[in-house]
Amino acid sequence: MTGKKGGAEVTLEEIRFSYGEMRMHFDLDVPASQIAAIIGPSGSGKSTLLNLIAGFEMPQAGKVLIGGVDVTRLPPAERPVSMVFQENNLFAHLDVEANIGLGRSPKLKLTAADRAAIADAIARVGLTGKEKRKPETLSGGERQRVAIARALVRNRPVLLLDEAFASLGPALRVQMLDLVKALHAETAMTVLMVTHHPEDALHMDSLLFFLENGMIAASGNAKDLLSETGPEALKRYMGTTA
Amino acid sequence: MPGRAEGGAVPQRMSLIPRTTFPAKPLAGAIALAFLALLAGGALFSLAFEASRDESGAFAAFDAYLWRVARFTLLQALLSTLLSVGLALPVARALHAHQHFIGRAFILRLFALPLALPALVAVLGITSIYGRAGFIAKTAHYFDFGFTPDIYGLTGILLAHVFFNLPLAVRLLLAGLDSIPPDYWKLSAQLGMGSGSRFRLIEWPAIARSLPGIMGLVFMLCVTSFTIVLTLGGGPRATTLEVAIYQALHYDFDIGRAVALTLTQLALTLAILFLFRLTGRPTEEGFSLAITTRRYEKLRPGERLIDLSVILLAFLFVALPIAGMVISGLVADFGRLFSERSVWRAIATSLILGGAAALLSVILSLALVAAREAVASGRKMGRKQSFFERGLDTGASLILVVPPIIIGAGWFILLRHFADPFDFAPWMVISVNAAMAMPFAVRLLRPTWDTESARHNRLCAQLGISGWTRLRLVDWPVLRRPLSVAFAFAMALSLGDLGTIALFGSDAVQTLPYLLLQRMGSYRTLDAAGLALILGVLSLGLMMLADRGSQASPRKEERP
Repeated sequence: MTGKKGGAEVTLEEIRFSYGEMRMHFDLDVPASQIAAIIGPSGSGKSTLLNLIAGFEMPQAGKVLIGGVDVTRLPPAERPVSMVFQENNLFAHLDVEANIGLGRSPKLKLTAADRAAIADAIARVGLTGKEKRKPETLSGGERQRVAIARALVRNRPVLLLDEAFASLGPALRVQMLDLVKALHAETAMTVLMVTHHPEDALHMDSLLFFLENGMIAASGNAKDLLSETGPEALKRYMGTTA
Repeated sequence: MPGRAEGGAVPQRMSLIPRTTFPAKPLAGAIALAFLALLAGGALFSLAFEASRDESGAFAAFDAYLWRVARFTLLQALLSTLLSVGLALPVARALHAHQHFIGRAFILRLFALPLALPALVAVLGITSIYGRAGFIAKTAHYFDFGFTPDIYGLTGILLAHVFFNLPLAVRLLLAGLDSIPPDYWKLSAQLGMGSGSRFRLIEWPAIARSLPGIMGLVFMLCVTSFTIVLTLGGGPRATTLEVAIYQALHYDFDIGRAVALTLTQLALTLAILFLFRLTGRPTEEGFSLAITTRRYEKLRPGERLIDLSVILLAFLFVALPIAGMVISGLVADFGRLFSERSVWRAIATSLILGGAAALLSVILSLALVAAREAVASGRKMGRKQSFFERGLDTGASLILVVPPIIIGAGWFILLRHFADPFDFAPWMVISVNAAMAMPFAVRLLRPTWDTESARHNRLCAQLGISGWTRLRLVDWPVLRRPLSVAFAFAMALSLGDLGTIALFGSDAVQTLPYLLLQRMGSYRTLDAAGLALILGVLSLGLMMLADRGSQASPRKEERP
């Protein structure tokens, strides 16, 4: 399924995982080509959820299905997902082009087609002219653009954003969300994003999963959940009830 | 897809790196540990074996002579420690009270020098000042004082030990003083504290915390000091265990005595290290030339004068022997020295053996560091460290328990059963020096390795970068600098080593320190001074390279 246009359905079936004292239990289904935002208090298991999908954590029971295929036992590199972290997405000693190129070949053996794809991705995230720059000379937003460009050249049907824009200012964050939205419209990949800002979900008009104590406490359309009639737990988290 | 057990699945927390790959890092770490264990264990086994055999006469050798030597070993170390640390106290106080005078940074840099200097070179520097034909004797003669200093014996040993350890103690004490919160200095200025109460109320509590550690460190260095006692000690009355071991093996070929002496030395170092553990280790953390504590009090003119004279005296004490070494070295006939084949051979031998030892040391240290990180990050949450992981953690520093002379003596005694021990000189020099440099190399490599792994493990796992590709693309660019620093440092240490080569050296294999010792022994003082200068320049050059490398801004953070 790697390389195919479009998104893939992401399903967590009866996933059980414990992290120290914390026991988690996830059941989740994100249909193909959807955008889903994951919110919740810190320590509720948001990042763990993404780590389970990406393969950085191994569940104690249950299955991870991507595009209907069981990937529970696959190592991270073989899963059809790309993940963007909050920081440390780039190798500081490699320039922008090489950092993106790693998405095509982990040995940096790039063909002409690879180079074309990299140049295209750089253009699409708006970094043309900065191919030879090192990460230390880029702004925080530009670095995340490089990470997204790498996700583009990897061309996997699922994109995971782990608080990828948390360290950016409000205006920049909205810019980055718009970029993701535009790329989503283009590639139709499935996007799961962990965020601290519920308004991100509204901005993206996405699905919303609200996590509490290692469980999905509420899910549905962001617009419905975040409205007056939304569930109590979510309102408590938002601080909108007395 | 492997079938998954439903329901009662095995609870498992996977490391960030899938375990499907060959465990290259733990294996490399195990090899490095095995090397250390074999080196130290082989020597200890050999000693125990000899001691258990009756005919070696090891038990008979526990005689009055041995006890006298052991007593002197402890006595000189105790006196050296008291003098070094005691004299360092006022110097550190004075340097801390005066944060801004021209030359302060230079003095602090100078105080880092003696530790980087091969002991043999420093000994020549000291004799050039305090020796029978030294600077002081000549000055006295010029002014017609009938005074000829004789430093051979306890005096010389103490002088040299203080020369090495006073600057070290000053730096460590300064680190302690720098840890005092700045508000205290404001307070002391506001309350108008005098020098006495400042010392009692502010400085002493900070110093007292690090003092036992500093004294333990200096004491240990003096108990195991070999070169200084060998060259400045005077006959059987001023001999330490390490030198006696060397003499028993080298001159008398008295195996029984060597075994008895070595066991005593080992027991002594173990006992001291045990005490040392109770005191804790001094750190040089927080000490840097750049950061200065702001001091607010106004010193009385008298105090100022005393402080500055203390600093000047300490400066002269450290600087004079170094200057003497350089000047008497420059007088040497380099034209003739460099026309000698033996000199060139000694330089080449030193560089080759030192380079090989440094390379081995760095490779093994990297293996230990990488294995430790791999095992630690693969450890299940909340589980205790395994025995293997603890070994990877502390294995390198444990080698310091066994002084090089003991390792050398043990293997010398063991190899004698199978072959001519002198044939093994290069191998012994390389492996002992590599092992001795490992604790330092590990300390230089580990922080970078650990932070880089924390930063890159997930990314590499996702992008499928592993094995050699990872080493080439990710690890090497980041590790190049600390690796070269560790290499230069290890090589400088190896170049100055005399202990192992003194045991195993022969006409066939001569390093620079060995040749230097020979020339000193045959009273070719000028040659010795010239060789010392060559050796000093080589060692210091490498140390400066290492220092420059570690000071130069480590790669900028990803986030500005």
